[in-house]
Amino acid sequence: MSPRPGFVLETDRATPPTLFWHGEGWRLERLPPGSRIVYPPEPMEAVADPDEAVRQALAHPLGDSEPLADLLRPGMRLTIAFDDVSLPLPPMRPPDVRQRVIEAVLELAAAAGVDDVVLMAALSLHRRMTEAELRHALGHRVYEAFAPHGLLLQHDAEDPDGLVHLGCTDAGEDVEINKRAATSDLIVYVNINLVAMDGGHKSVATGLASYRSLRHHHNVRTLQHSRSLMDEHRSELHTSNWRMGRHIAASGIKVFQIETTLNTDTFPSQFAFLQRREWEWSGRDRATYLATSASLARTPARLARSIFHSIRSPHALTSVQAGEVEAVHARTLEHVHRQHVVPVEGQTDILTMGLPYICPYNVNSIMNPVLVMCLGLGYFFNLYRGKPLVRAGGVVIMSHPTPWEFHPVHHPSYIDFFDQVLAETTDPLEIEAKFEESFATDPWYVHLYRTSYAYHGVHPFYMWYWGAHALQHLGAVIVVGGDVAAVRRMGFKPASTLRDALEMAADVVGPDPSVTHIHAPPLLLADVE
Amino acid sequence: MRALLFERSLAKVAASRLAGSVVPGRGARFGPLRLASLSEPEPPGPDWMRVRPKLAGICGSDLATLDGHGSRYFEPLVSFPFVPGHEVVGELDDGARVVLEPVLGCQARGVHPPCPACAQGDTGDCERVAFGHLRPGLQTGYCADTGGGWSTAFVAHRSQLHPVPDSFSDRDAVMVEPTACAVHGALRVPTEGALVVVIGAGTLGLCTVAAVRRLGLPGTLVVVAKHPEQRRLATELGADLVVEPQGARRAVRLQTRSLAVDGRLTGGADVVIDCVGSARSLADALAVVRPRGQVVLLGMPEPFRTDLTPLWHREVALVGAYAYGSEPPAAGRARARTFALAFELVADAGLGRLVSATYPLERYREAVEHAASAGRQGGVKVAFDLRGQRATGERRARGAGA
Repeated sequence: MSPRPGFVLETDRATPPTLFWHGEGWRLERLPPGSRIVYPPEPMEAVADPDEAVRQALAHPLGDSEPLADLLRPGMRLTIAFDDVSLPLPPMRPPDVRQRVIEAVLELAAAAGVDDVVLMAALSLHRRMTEAELRHALGHRVYEAFAPHGLLLQHDAEDPDGLVHLGCTDAGEDVEINKRAATSDLIVYVNINLVAMDGGHKSVATGLASYRSLRHHHNVRTLQHSRSLMDEHRSELHTSNWRMGRHIAASGIKVFQIETTLNTDTFPSQFAFLQRREWEWSGRDRATYLATSASLARTPARLARSIFHSIRSPHALTSVQAGEVEAVHARTLEHVHRQHVVPVEGQTDILTMGLPYICPYNVNSIMNPVLVMCLGLGYFFNLYRGKPLVRAGGVVIMSHPTPWEFHPVHHPSYIDFFDQVLAETTDPLEIEAKFEESFATDPWYVHLYRTSYAYHGVHPFYMWYWGAHALQHLGAVIVVGGDVAAVRRMGFKPASTLRDALEMAADVVGPDPSVTHIHAPPLLLADVE
Repeated sequence: MRALLFERSLAKVAASRLAGSVVPGRGARFGPLRLASLSEPEPPGPDWMRVRPKLAGICGSDLATLDGHGSRYFEPLVSFPFVPGHEVVGELDDGARVVLEPVLGCQARGVHPPCPACAQGDTGDCERVAFGHLRPGLQTGYCADTGGGWSTAFVAHRSQLHPVPDSFSDRDAVMVEPTACAVHGALRVPTEGALVVVIGAGTLGLCTVAAVRRLGLPGTLVVVAKHPEQRRLATELGADLVVEPQGARRAVRLQTRSLAVDGRLTGGADVVIDCVGSARSLADALAVVRPRGQVVLLGMPEPFRTDLTPLWHREVALVGAYAYGSEPPAAGRARARTFALAFELVADAGLGRLVSATYPLERYREAVEHAASAGRQGGVKVAFDLRGQRATGERRARGAGA
């Protein structure tokens, strides 16, 4: 039986309460009758033999590319770059898809007699991965073969000797990327394309770039004109990355792109109710919901966080394609859209969302308030094609505990950003003009990024810019059940219950508003007509 | 006359110390302070005048004395029993309003020739505060011969009195003395163009913020303040950045783009003014000052042990700032009396607003406890209101905040 597509439910009085994620937990909320709930499609069927699918993709590349085996030769310099810890979410059960792909690439390289091979985590300005995280992504065998010999690297966007400036695009954008990769005869980039935003030219142009280069597209103007981030044809962020990617290719750097798509089988079977539509919950689902809810209510926050971050997703491979970047990415998007797209008719006055415990930047870490903002307004708000789910001047209601808490090792600049920048202004343009450069070039943050496990000093700014389109578009943002001081610091309104939040929202959008709930995760992409 | 009298009693000092360590300000309830009916002090000489206090502030040094936390260093420099109160606006017999400059220097003590410090106008550094025709007492409010502001009458030497402009309210006027302390602390070291950190935002801290901003011309002024109202006032008075104590190191690190080792900054602020005077505040000051920077100790310190290794290692200058006198010329300004600058600053910055509550003498226990927890309660300066009280002991209860 083929998986059911996503759909939009209109609630009535008989509709059971709706599941809202709420950080390390969830709530059942009753939406007003007449509200819409956008449910994601069910997980697509996985490819039967993932390893064979990978081998086939490498042997039958898309676009203007030879099979990978034909691109490999003795004496060449090969760099295999791969997506970092921010993908997939949650981390997948082993073997991770990166491991499968990289093992296949290494087999071909070994067969061709390539002995100058380096693996490189494409961190961009993210934190370095720990040994455990690298082992999880690559598998122990690959890790042991490369790491002890210094051949498993992590891109360092602040290494003055490790970057090369490739000139500027026609639009004047600096293109500066990792020197080892740029001076390789071939870059093989291994992607996990969890959402439509991922992959394409963004892989190298962002994942292996420096701040000098990234600032041309990771900025407020670009993000305000990315409508949405999940629609590359209407995204300035992607347009800029594409210009850079083409510039990189024109510079003679050869990239063999490998993109993989996963289905939305997001949570393990013990949490099956999280992926079911509420009226289809079995007795067991209801019992699990009650038992886990009761248990979580008694669990200290730190322990609950640790439990959730130990979840390994059963995500399964739905496609793998390789070859020339743009041809590969076009095929990838077809698969992503097939898995995620849900047609939705018209916009809504109020968009509600329950935000989970994890986003790309707090894997094995704390979801601090800035990341809550980014997840809600940067990611969930942008899960659309066409028009935003919520109308201009509408309201987003997010449910999350939004603790005033930061991971001191992972997010040091976030603490100062929250304490000092947001205390002064929440306006992205003002923040960018007044504070960005100082944080981006702060030698302490640079030191921590390079030597510890810290996100780059500028990273919290990018998180804030990620929500800049939403901030420009919305009339108000309300957070249900959040730390009141933290919510207010971000310029949002706190509410203790959804009912209160809906009343507050009505003050902004008028009486009898339309309400739409985005039932994620699992993720979806609303195609709004 | 009615007065609060502080007597020498080791047992009561011990009791106040115990009580004050449990609840700040509670030392007034169990210690050697009592409300008494006394004879008015006699003027010790022809240039002495009787002053009838209108408002008399409760200072941090008073609180330390009442809670038994003060240093024994002062014992030979005071004489018992004394009437506390050195932040005073009062009235002379002819009805003129005056502010007291409480230091009992050479001129007040009849010492001729004056010591070198007094000769230069630096009365705060007087070398004769235990000599002359008065019993020891570094200031009015610690001398058995003069009385003090927490009473309905005391005596002061003509040189100690400053006329109050008509434009000043009594609240403005009672803020002049603490403001003078702040002015002196702010001008103790050059701060022009510097990154200055003020630790503490009680009365002294807030006055120091105003003084540094208006007289010190700093590049950036960072204030470390515990309580929300203090943070609001610090911003109003000219702080560029106000942070909570736990955020101080982060804030200074960010301002200076310093690195850090195990939480200690490698760089830091040019000048740190410690308006608290505790082991914690001095440790914080040493943690955020740059190598060869300067720490001004302005808040009266309690006895404490501290690690001076960073001071030694980073060649930091630790500078005391006590009271007032005269200030050296700077930024186009001629040498000036500290009190003259303080009068200007009170008017310019509107520091009278820092008086948050007043109490009659009879409610001195409440007053002292309120003063000791003013920051937590959203207040700053607490004072005794003696307007309407007569030397014969007429009592009129007046509520807090009157």
